[in-house]
Order: sequence, then structure tokens, then C-alpha cells
Amino acid sequence: MTDEIPEIDSASGTGVPIRGNDIDTDQIIPARFMKVVTFDGLGEFAFFDKRYDEHDDPKDHPMNEPHFQEASIMVVNANFGCGSSREHAPQALMRWGIDAIIGESFAEIFAGNCLALGIPTVTADTETIVELQEWVDENPDADIDVDVENETVTYGEKTVDVTVDDAQRKALTEGVWDTTALMKSNADAVAEKAAALPYVDD
Amino acid sequence: MSEGTLYDKVWEEHTVSELPTGQTQLFCGLHLIHEVTSPQAFGMLQERDLEVAYPERTHATVDHIVPTSDQSRPFQDDAAEEMMSELEQNVRDAGINFSDPTSGDQGIVHVIGPEQGLTQPGMTIVCGDSHTSTHGAFGALAFGIGTSQIRDVLATQTVAMEKKKVRKIEVTGELGPGVEAKDVVLEIIRRLGTEGGVGYVYEYAGEAIENLDMEGRMSICNMSIEGGARAGYVNPDETTYEWLKQTDYFQENPEKFDECKPYWESIRSDEDAEYDDVVTIDGSELEPVVTWGTTPGQGVGITEPIPAPEDLPEEKQDTARMSQEHMGVEPGETMEGYEIDVAFLGSCTNARMPDLRRAAEVVKGRQVADSVRAMVVPGSQRVKAAAEAEGLDEVFEEAGFEWREAGCSMCLGMNEDQLEGDEASASSSNRNFIGRQGSKDGKTVLMNPRMVAAAAVTGHVTDVRDLKEVTEA
Repeated sequence: MTDEIPEIDSASGTGVPIRGNDIDTDQIIPARFMKVVTFDGLGEFAFFDKRYDEHDDPKDHPMNEPHFQEASIMVVNANFGCGSSREHAPQALMRWGIDAIIGESFAEIFAGNCLALGIPTVTADTETIVELQEWVDENPDADIDVDVENETVTYGEKTVDVTVDDAQRKALTEGVWDTTALMKSNADAVAEKAAALPYVDD
Repeated sequence: MSEGTLYDKVWEEHTVSELPTGQTQLFCGLHLIHEVTSPQAFGMLQERDLEVAYPERTHATVDHIVPTSDQSRPFQDDAAEEMMSELEQNVRDAGINFSDPTSGDQGIVHVIGPEQGLTQPGMTIVCGDSHTSTHGAFGALAFGIGTSQIRDVLATQTVAMEKKKVRKIEVTGELGPGVEAKDVVLEIIRRLGTEGGVGYVYEYAGEAIENLDMEGRMSICNMSIEGGARAGYVNPDETTYEWLKQTDYFQENPEKFDECKPYWESIRSDEDAEYDDVVTIDGSELEPVVTWGTTPGQGVGITEPIPAPEDLPEEKQDTARMSQEHMGVEPGETMEGYEIDVAFLGSCTNARMPDLRRAAEVVKGRQVADSVRAMVVPGSQRVKAAAEAEGLDEVFEEAGFEWREAGCSMCLGMNEDQLEGDEASASSSNRNFIGRQGSKDGKTVLMNPRMVAAAAVTGHVTDVRDLKEVTEA
């Protein structure tokens, strides 16, 4: 509880492009892999049905490509992470090695779950994303720098503006993305609030 | 920014503090938990040496992994048994009420909350499940949360949230025969898109919504999240209050009803409330809606042609092509006649009494098509018992449906109930994502419960309105 929550100003690493709009949480982590009581080991099941056929043989998928194995920045399209509230989805990506996600847009619960894990979800327009995805394909070994504080992404010779939701930026850069201790410190105010609500029994 | 809406008022009533991030620390009036998303949260509490702050404001059930055939313990599936045992241990240690299968009160979390009167107007309700939006039908502010947030709620009874915009969706007019709440929400998602609601809370209003029973309102609020909106609600009214009076909580505490009613009335959106956006849909123009693709936004009226991808907005075209290939459907054709292998009547969207009653009316005197495996999975043990008291189980069983125990079942394929291979399913559930029903080659067509019943007896997607005419002739 006294552990310091790290301030996350930026994330750097090589990229992996995951193309397609409306990529849902059932694709990111199929429900059958959620029959577990911890998040340990979920990494290998990230995008499982997209990555493996019915005989568990690898299919054509960026996350199966040898040159993307070390990637830590995922580049996605619109409405990424739609569907269920399962934190198993960002947990699986994080445990596969992802530290930040750049996309056109994110589903709300998914982005919130990423924040709770300290994973930035930054957004840019379609053109910027498509260009970055193509660049990642051509430069799988080159770093992408996600600057959360200044809302930019730098790759190759290029720096582009991106958007980081205000609350997310503050939470990450000020190290308050893990909210338990912070909110716990307001326990008295919580008790007062509870007592004032008409539906709460005395 | 919105002003004077139910959302603004309930938000205000539950605000504990403004966090340094600009987020609001919101008190959670009711926390619902189930076996899939809570065990890791209890684990995190243990790691941090924290206790459950308000155990009496959390209520547990088991729904996602519970078998719907043989529920005797230990469950046949070891992983399911482990999850169940873990939940039992956690609720016992923390002193949390648990509607377990031996209680007769177990069921899908979004069915049992309203049933028992845990869900009330003007409450904030959270649960590690995206369909928590269901509870908004009662005028509650209800949304799904992730496991780290469950940890926060267990430890503090609060959650950090950013305030959203409010979009009023007014459904005017009277719904036509055979058109249900499910069709209304599928139409809303089709029009506004699966991400149209991101950043918004939806207020459902208008004559067509007000005329719905509570179960219909729940079906609509339930699928808010499929339209990208984390929460959706209907202002509480007499229909809401009538439901509440029948619930355990207000039967046991009748004085609370009168005590709370002024509050419920006070949090209704003001006549002159300001909204960030208003959308109007003419309910009288709607027909039964079914999905042709692999997102809930890919819907079409039953008599309408499936759209050609090139006729859709550019950003929807690739997904549409992929969806049509997966489903094996052709643009220009209607969904009518699409062959199905499985009929699934269940889920937190459509497995309550009126859903089962309406489907039973269609099924009565008919037989499930030879090629179809059909099942009814009641939303809760109480729904099951009530349906049996009315003889609905016999109607379904005589027609060839399996009559199962309560749970999430084939909505998401976490128990034994799954599609196999490339089977196609007519489903009263909420998601047609690829792989959702347990097989990555499986195909899901979402529709209302009567449409599922019609598909079950004909073996293909059928306009239930025509079926009725055939019988009467």
C-alpha cells in the first residue's frame, strides 16, 4: 500500500500494428481463457483465435511474426476494445509485452482498464494511424516514443501530435493512476456521503 | 454540458471528492460481483492487506461459468469448480451476501439485482460486467467496471470516474405488432453506431419507451454498451414503482418505499433539462431487426436488404466485408431464410418472464425444426420457477426445446453451452462478435425472443409476424 505508484511520462519500444475497426474484447481474449482466478499467464492467449487455427497451429498474424515479438507499442484502428468490461483483455496485452497503445479511438471501459494498469491509450486521426502502421511494418526494429506529457508520438524522423485524455494524462504523469490508496484516504468523506443518501440504511 | 438530467443529479448526489486527475470519486450504492471478474480483485486486496469496506453494499451471484444442465457440486468442469469455490471463499471471508444456486435466488447478475429490489432508482450501481447498464432501466446510474476498479470499490465503496455527456434518445410513437424493445435498441445501435455512444450516457425517453414494461426497458438499457455508451437509463415512473413494490427489499421494508420515493421523484430529469445531444427515432416505423454481421451495429429490418459494404460509410466497409464473408450473407438479400442450427433463448438481455411468455406463445403447438438444437436458459432461478408455475417449461419441452438451469450460458460460451464448428445461431443475446458463442467459426444472428422462437420452429430466420398470420389462416 505504501508502494510508490510510478509516474508514466512516456513509453518507448518497437511497434506492432493490429488492423481493423471494432476489434472487440472477445477477439483480444476469448472467454474460454477467462476460466482462471488470476491474470497470470494470460499473455499467451492474447488474440488466440486470430493467431492460431483449430489445431493450435499459428496463423498469419502480426503477433506471430518473429520481428514483432519484442514489440511494446501496439498501433490499432477505431473503437478498439469494444465489448465486455473484462480487464483480462488489457491484462493479456500487457502480459504479452504491450506498454502503450496508439489508436484512432478506444472503447471507454477498455481505456479505463488500461489506465488502471498504467497503459496509455493515445489517439490520432485515421491518416496518422494508417501511416504509422505502414511505417511499423517497414521498420519493425525501430523505436516509437510515446510522450504522454507532451501528447506526441515520435518515430523515425517524424513527430506527430496525438491526444491523451486529460484525466488519463494527469493520472499517468503524476503517478495517480492506481486510485485505491488515494480514494481510501477519503474514507471519512465516503462515510458521510453514504449516511446522507436516502436509500442507505442507518 | 448537460444540466438537470437524472445523470447530473445522481452524479452530484454521489460525488465524494474531486481527484487530482480531474476525475470524480463517486460513491457506489450497490456493487454486484460474479465469479469471473472478482477473484483477481480479492487477490489484489489481500496483497495490499486491505479489507472490504462496505460488505453489506456488495452482493454476489454466480452466472458466467455455472453449468445449465447438472449443477450438482463439484461442477464437472474443474476450472468452473475452482472459480465457484474461490467466490464462495471470498464472500464468506468478507461477509458478502451470495445468491448461490442452493438459495433459489441465483441467476444472471443483471436479472437478480432488479428481482430482489437491490436495484433502485437514483442509485449508482457498478459491477465487473459491461451489461451493468441494464440497471439503468430503474433510473439508476449503472455501469460496468474492470477488475482494478472492483478492487477500488471493495476497498473504498467508491470509483474514480470522468463525467460524460448526455444524449437523449427519444423514441416516439407506438411500436407496431411484433416489434419489441430489442428491436428498438438494435435500431438505435444500427443508426448511431457501435462507437456512437463513446463519451456519452444515453437517456431513453419518449412514448415508446414509457409504454414498455420494466423488462423491455432493461433490454434496451442492457445494450447501451453495444452502442458504445457505458450507461443508459430511463427516468423512473409508476411502472418502475410498481415493480419495486413487489421486490423482496420493499416487501420486507415497506416504510423504505415511502421514504425513498421523494428522492426517486427528485432525480428525474427536469422538463427543461439540457442535453448535449438529442436524437429522435420514430418507433412506429420500426420492424423486427436482426443482425447480418459480427457487430451489434450491423442490423437490418427483417424485410430490408442487407447493405452492400460500398454503400456504408468508408470506415465501416472493411468490417462489413469481413463480417459478410464470415456470416456467408449476400448484400441485396434479406436475412429471412438464413438457415440456423441453434436457437438460444437466454441472456441478461432477454431471459425474463415476459420474454419467455412471448416466445412460448409463438412456440405453442409447433415443433422445433429437425435440424435445430433449441434451448431456453431462464435468466434466474426465480424466472425459471415462475415460468414453470405457468407451465411454460412444458410448452417449450413439448416443442422440442431444452429447458435449462439459470445462467449466462451460450451468450458467451464460458460453460458447456457452446456453438460447434460453423453452426449458426438465432440468439436473443447481445453480442454477435466472432467467437462469442464459443466457436470461432460460429455465426450469431441477434434478434428478439419471439423471432428466436420463430427461427427455432422453421429452421431459418423468419419474420415472426408472418408466422402468426399462417397460424390464424
